[in-house]
Amino acid sequence: MYQPDWSVIPQNMGLFLEGILLTLEISALALVISIPIGIILGLCRISKNKIISFLATTYIEIMRGVPLLVLLFWIFFVMGRFLQLGPYWSAIVGLAAFSGAFVAEIVRAGIQSVPRGQMEAARSSGMSYVQAMRLIILPQAFRKVLPPLASQFIILIKDSSLVSVISVVDLTLVAKNLVATSFRSIEVWTFVAVLYFIMTFTLSQIIRFLEKKYNSYD
Amino acid sequence: MISIKNVQKRFGDNIVLDDINLEIPQSNVFALIGPSGAGKSTLIRTINALEGIEEGEIIVDGSSIHHKQTDINKVRTEIGFVFQSFNLYPFLSALDNVTIAPINVKKMGKQEAQEKGKQLLESLGLGDKINSYPSQLSGGQQQRVAIARALAMDPKVMLFDEPTSALDPEMIKEVLDAIRGLAKSGMTMIVVTHEMGFAREMCDQIVFMADGKIVEVSPPDKFFTNPDSERAKSFLSKVLNH
Repeated sequence: MYQPDWSVIPQNMGLFLEGILLTLEISALALVISIPIGIILGLCRISKNKIISFLATTYIEIMRGVPLLVLLFWIFFVMGRFLQLGPYWSAIVGLAAFSGAFVAEIVRAGIQSVPRGQMEAARSSGMSYVQAMRLIILPQAFRKVLPPLASQFIILIKDSSLVSVISVVDLTLVAKNLVATSFRSIEVWTFVAVLYFIMTFTLSQIIRFLEKKYNSYD
Repeated sequence: MISIKNVQKRFGDNIVLDDINLEIPQSNVFALIGPSGAGKSTLIRTINALEGIEEGEIIVDGSSIHHKQTDINKVRTEIGFVFQSFNLYPFLSALDNVTIAPINVKKMGKQEAQEKGKQLLESLGLGDKINSYPSQLSGGQQQRVAIARALAMDPKVMLFDEPTSALDPEMIKEVLDAIRGLAKSGMTMIVVTHEMGFAREMCDQIVFMADGKIVEVSPPDKFFTNPDSERAKSFLSKVLNH
């Protein structure tokens, strides 16, 4: 009968905290970068200019078609070599580029869900296309896409565990190293699973709160 | 004030506006009536370039609307447009709906825009609704907010595209009263409408359209008693005798 020994957790709390911080840091940076990437790509995707929309579509299809693990290796070993990116920035660039493609599709769907009359009303009051997008369309699209965006950001936090393969010492790699030295795999992986859940659950609660706050008008 | 010359518009092979010519003098109110599919809405939408045209020219207060060198955003500030389905911004209060364009397009100060917006909403009987969101307002109230929103830009011309068609019957009057008030103030207006009583009472000219063409332009008394065209006679016999 297996005798669990949870003392491995408190004894290594410092290591876990460092891992959590790095996971949060990388996820947060990738998230913040993926939002403008997603908005710009999403707008390019619905652009009337065929070349711009083709390029955006191609990018999105490639990102959707390549596994994140392969993308991270590729950025780390190919791009990283030429640009001297290092594991930390390779991880952030990889996650942001990957997540940005999904955010783009969410943004596109959000913009297209805003009734046509909103753009017409804005333009007929003299707003330029850019003003109408910024002041009228995107604020409404943003409110509509909060739920799918929340899912995407939760996926992003979970996907960030893959950066351990390019030797970023995030929560997952901390756990892996600890298991290698302590052999307490059941205790460590259970605790790590709980930690990931706490992070994603907190995020989903924050977004639920935002949803309530911003959707109070209807 | 508004001059429409030889305008033609096609959707593919389908000609929706066929050689339209119309002159609307300042402070005149023109009603645009006719069977559905006649091109009334399309025509009024070409006047502020929500729809493009293939041939011809539309001039509003000296600006050629469809000319490439025209700054359409600037011209549109002088043309108020009211939609059948209101198209209010659902995430903004009534007051913010009214002030967002003056603040961002005309670069009016926020305080000045709000003062003006409040006055406009009050003058349209919405003084107690300035902080309400569109979803909290009735259709008639929403349409009056939309009228205030258009007026907030100080337009020289107002265009109404079936402003009462989406309203419950008991709310039509409050919107028509708002348009009446504007007419009395001397605003130049074109109103696409199915409200024959309103057209007859308030408008200087009735423009009757059918099949993408202007069939007849007559003063209301003449149009409703003795129209020139057979097409108008048959239309009137259907809409007036039921």
